[in-house]
Amino acid sequence: MTAMPKFTLSRRKFLVSTAAVGGGLALGLRLPFGPEVARAADGSPEITVWVAINPDNTTIIRAVRAEMGQGTITGLAQLIAEELDCDWNKVTIEYPTPGQSVARKRAWGEFSTGGSRGVRQSHEYVRKGGAAARMMLVQAAANEWKVPASECTAANSVITHKASGRKATYGKVAEAAARLDQPKDVPLKDPKTWKIAGKPLKRLDTAKKVNGTMEYGMDLKMPGMLNAAVKDCPVFGGKVKSFDAARISGMRGVKKVVQVGDSGVAVIADTWWNAKTALEQLPVVWDEGPNAKVSSADIAEVLKEGLDAEQAFVGNKAGGDVKAALAGAAKKVEAVYSYPYQNHACMEPMNATVRWTADRCEMWGPTQNGEGAFAQVLEASGLPADKVDVHNVMLGGGFGRRGTYPNDYVTQAVLIGKPIPGTAVKMIWSREEDMAHGRYHPVMQCKLSGGLDASGNLTGLHMRLSGQSILAAVRPEVVQAQKGRDPLTFQGVFESGEHSLTYTVPNLLVDHAMRNPHVPPGFWRGVNINQNAVFIESFMDELAEAGGQDPLEFRRKLLGNSPRALGVLNAVAEKIGWSKPAPAGVYRGLAQMKAFDSFVAAACEISVKDGNKVKVHRIVAATDPGYAVNPAQIERQVAGSFVYGLSALFFQECTVKDGRIEQTNFHNYNSMRIAQMPKVETILMPTGGPVWGGIGEPTICVAAPAVLNAYAKATGKRIRSVPLKNHGIELV
Amino acid sequence: MRLNINGKNHEVDVDPTTPLLWVIREQVGLTGTKYGCGVAQCGACTVHLNGLPVRSCSVPVSVAGGAKITTIEGLSSGKTLHKVQKAWLDHDVPQCGYCQSGMIMAVAALLKTNPKPTDADIDAAITNICRCGTFQQVREAIHMAAKATA
Repeated sequence: MTAMPKFTLSRRKFLVSTAAVGGGLALGLRLPFGPEVARAADGSPEITVWVAINPDNTTIIRAVRAEMGQGTITGLAQLIAEELDCDWNKVTIEYPTPGQSVARKRAWGEFSTGGSRGVRQSHEYVRKGGAAARMMLVQAAANEWKVPASECTAANSVITHKASGRKATYGKVAEAAARLDQPKDVPLKDPKTWKIAGKPLKRLDTAKKVNGTMEYGMDLKMPGMLNAAVKDCPVFGGKVKSFDAARISGMRGVKKVVQVGDSGVAVIADTWWNAKTALEQLPVVWDEGPNAKVSSADIAEVLKEGLDAEQAFVGNKAGGDVKAALAGAAKKVEAVYSYPYQNHACMEPMNATVRWTADRCEMWGPTQNGEGAFAQVLEASGLPADKVDVHNVMLGGGFGRRGTYPNDYVTQAVLIGKPIPGTAVKMIWSREEDMAHGRYHPVMQCKLSGGLDASGNLTGLHMRLSGQSILAAVRPEVVQAQKGRDPLTFQGVFESGEHSLTYTVPNLLVDHAMRNPHVPPGFWRGVNINQNAVFIESFMDELAEAGGQDPLEFRRKLLGNSPRALGVLNAVAEKIGWSKPAPAGVYRGLAQMKAFDSFVAAACEISVKDGNKVKVHRIVAATDPGYAVNPAQIERQVAGSFVYGLSALFFQECTVKDGRIEQTNFHNYNSMRIAQMPKVETILMPTGGPVWGGIGEPTICVAAPAVLNAYAKATGKRIRSVPLKNHGIELV
Repeated sequence: MRLNINGKNHEVDVDPTTPLLWVIREQVGLTGTKYGCGVAQCGACTVHLNGLPVRSCSVPVSVAGGAKITTIEGLSSGKTLHKVQKAWLDHDVPQCGYCQSGMIMAVAALLKTNPKPTDADIDAAITNICRCGTFQQVREAIHMAAKATA
């Protein structure tokens, strides 16, 4: 195991590829040198799959990763445009569908947009797509001029033959270029020479977001469209026993009441408001199933047992014998931490619009994984791959919630739309439904045992995780391949790979007692680094304190083998002024982590009034992602990470009572407001190298431990469970 | 009943208890105003009612009859962007953008009554939720808009 799973073995993916083969599709396959040229929606010839050029010289860049605010589409377009040498002011974006990609042997590769992979795992092939297109455009011009291509240059969508002074726009030679064979050897530019990539350019999609014209899934309009409100059994694992449709059939706008799978009911009406109003009046009897009595306390008990269980999966083991090291330590420190269920709470609740016809089923809606959604439509509809498609739209937030999960909103929408072919049905979840049927940040407890020598140096560390595996529920084949272990559980503290532990500890054991309650888990922005960073980075401060050492110095000593981690940590320490005293009444804390192949650190300054009112004044955050494709957007992702991360730390917990989630809306699942927003100072320090790191997620995880460490300094109280509202602590 | 939205009259046939938000979105067809919570917590549905910001998810449409309703689509006059929209564009504020219609409407209302708000004024007046976390850019853009003359 050298890297975290990339889910290449997923059942869904398999389904997609077999569907493609089984369907015997050869639609749109481009024949090199042949007369057929693939075209963009507006008819522009496709040069490579990533680039089509309109005769008016507009560059149409293709994107298949999902845009949910993280800026990935702008970043990918910058990379393509950079290699293409096109006019950035004439770039537009087009989204090929998964159906088109499947029909062309997955010409656009991976659609899934999670794990901060958008840029870092497609940068090479999209850049090559841009560079190859440029080479073909230049070749086409050279052919026309009967000069060697090597004598021609390209810039700003114009090809120039210097010796003769001839010029041609990309638009002019695009048809000829599209008929050329793609070059095999496609060299890429040295990032040091970048003019479009690497620059703090504006996003491509802002104009529509300031005047209300950006269309989200929620906003789709189709002729004759109906709307559906849905309610799934509030107890996970429960089923519909019966419902009395007659009771609401006469209500305003109601067209149809349908059962959705075995666990849901939906009302289809002219408007969503009428559907929702009727659904609230629909009498439903549930079979709540075996989980009907489960509570948070029951779940906590199960996890607690795992803290000392014999059997556990090993995620990281180094040095000799951790037990012996702890037994022989001059000082032993032990602490138990816990992290709750949390909902993503995307601003736009889950929704999907489906239209069935006699032999086709199409879905329009927000998804982080077009191909995953495609496979779900395929499965739920039972239709072959050439009769199904998915059309992605702008996501009103994703954060991992709009990945592909079993029996989720896409499947529901397909089932709801089936009884009324020819009519598009837009299914929208209420916020309450969204809170009740999340794919929650998993629960985890952690017992940490550390040993110090007489000088306060760390000699041994045992980190025992006990709690829920996401992959066991969502990608069981990955867990099976690991003989029951979920490697993702160890994000940030793993033995190797993109989420490896940065510290070198003489005797180390990180292991996981897997305990899987009935609440469905999901990938929640940052995923398992959130709790692992709280656990290990809080405990590092506990160890430092027990050994009478400064938390920064204590960490530095353990980071000798991780110069990039040391780099970001030193950067935040210097900028926050760690070596100088903080202003009166102000206390500092820091944290660092490696995740998604990026190194991140944060240092914060807080004050505490009346022992419980916390003001976070300032956060300095450093990121080393290897390469920075758009520094301005990275800065925004970093600042936003503290809103997501601190909201989670202070306010957010989904509690379980009678088998269901108790929180229903933002009044009991709060999110930070502008008044609570600290000033975030971002240090972007890419150090290059062979590996590109992610941006959207890593920084979130250092928010909480940095503040927890500062809080301990301010009050002398170490808080070991999230959220802080449970301790009577407020964010002001 | 008759609604005046962005200077245009619309006849709608709805239950008078229907929230203004859903009348704007589903009857009038203006979808720039967003549904986020339905309980006046998040502010994604903010519109102006006679110039004042309201959370339209929690205003029954019956209250809005006869009032002058402005939505994000009607904030700018003609092709000239409202100064808040312009600041948002210049400063690249939105991330996913879903909450931004409401955010912009709330800020536009603030600047109308308080053209040069302090940070404390902003903290008190702007209580919209943004899950992407654009607050730092929102604050900076409010100050930019306050400096703009238009």
